[in-house]
Amino acid sequence: MSLVEIRDVSKSYGAVPVLKGVSLDIAAGEVVAVIGRSGSGKSTLLRCVNGLEPIQAGAITVDGVKVNDPATNLRKLRQQVGIVFQQFNLFPHLSVSDNITLAPRVVKKQPPEEAREIAREVLRRVGLEDKLDAYPAQLSGGQQQRVAIARSLAMRPKLMLFDEVTSALDPELTGEVLKVLESVAEEGMTMMLVTHEMGFARRFGSRVVFMHEGRIHEEGQAAAVLAAPNTPELTTFLSAVLH
Amino acid sequence: MIREFGLVDVMYLVAAARWTLALTATAFIGASVLGLAIAIMRIMAVAPLRWLAACYIHVVQGTPLLVWLFLIFFGLPLIGISVNPWLAAAVAFSVYGAAFLGEIWRGALTSIARTQWEAGASLGLSLTEQLRHVIIPQSVRIAIPPTVGFLVQLIKNTSLAAVIGLVELTREGQLTAAGTYQPFAVYITVACIYFAMCFPLTQWSRSLERKLDVAR
Repeated sequence: MSLVEIRDVSKSYGAVPVLKGVSLDIAAGEVVAVIGRSGSGKSTLLRCVNGLEPIQAGAITVDGVKVNDPATNLRKLRQQVGIVFQQFNLFPHLSVSDNITLAPRVVKKQPPEEAREIAREVLRRVGLEDKLDAYPAQLSGGQQQRVAIARSLAMRPKLMLFDEVTSALDPELTGEVLKVLESVAEEGMTMMLVTHEMGFARRFGSRVVFMHEGRIHEEGQAAAVLAAPNTPELTTFLSAVLH
Repeated sequence: MIREFGLVDVMYLVAAARWTLALTATAFIGASVLGLAIAIMRIMAVAPLRWLAACYIHVVQGTPLLVWLFLIFFGLPLIGISVNPWLAAAVAFSVYGAAFLGEIWRGALTSIARTQWEAGASLGLSLTEQLRHVIIPQSVRIAIPPTVGFLVQLIKNTSLAAVIGLVELTREGQLTAAGTYQPFAVYITVACIYFAMCFPLTQWSRSLERKLDVAR
């Protein structure tokens, strides 16, 4: 069974349709890169997977739990699904350590000592162990984003969603974040990323999904699809982002 | 018998000022509890709660505080609830303060970006936990200067309690003026005591505003 099942999902903002019958399955351990023009609905799709955005039709299931069911405990589901945002969204009033340990302490009721150990461990994984007691404002954009990834990892999720996590960074800072993404992928994490990093998608994506006007226009094995797109829309898109 | 306005009277006035402070403190605590509830109701997704809180604010802000004092002090006994001046004043000022603090704090809460709520929610925090750990700590910084500013208003407004016979600073001033026939000297003294209580707070509020502004 797939870890994520997206079945015929439709969503609109008022009268504007953003998703028009999207279906997608993601198996455990897969790294799926969602690409497409801005406004194609890719970020919205991602945000629907952890219930941040309600959907109007269709069904989304994560690890057997229906996301768009009023009876579903979203709080529980979100402990399994981490999300990292474009703008990092760290808590500015909390230290790096408190940013990371807040949810483990409050939601999972872990003792502070244990939570701090986990913070140390996840910070080591993103290469920022020395920033344990720093505040977000003292860090560069790239470092903040790595802390945001560490914060998600600390909840030990089964699935991680990445919403254009390098788009708000200066070019020279994207490398350090991509490196962290690679190591997370190599550890076998199931990942769904909305990204403009075609190089990353090609090397680490098991699959690429191209969205166009609210639909999945083309999808397939990452390297193959990116090397030889089948549709003119994807060809145009790729030539626009690569040149 | 007419007596001179002397040092003893000044001491009495200062002593009466502690009732002004006590009333302010009580009213501030009452207003804070009620005001926080109002502020949170105002930002909830549940429409009836929002509507109820908005109604409260409109009604209270649209009516004079003095009328509330009279309503509670003279009105409640008519329906069989007896209230002493102290209780009536504490309740009236709490009701009044909650409407203003509620609005100030709602503004502070809504000034926190929606993405902060989202970040909390996507980590599995419940709505209450998002408020308690993410939103309120950040909005406190924004709320402190206007809250201190409101406290100054509250101190001055407690003088209204004199009309229902609560012997705080203003009422003590009235009594002293009646006994000494020196209203000018008495009320100047009263004004000075109010000023001594309010001015430091105003300055503190200003300096907080500057400090928090720099930190942003």
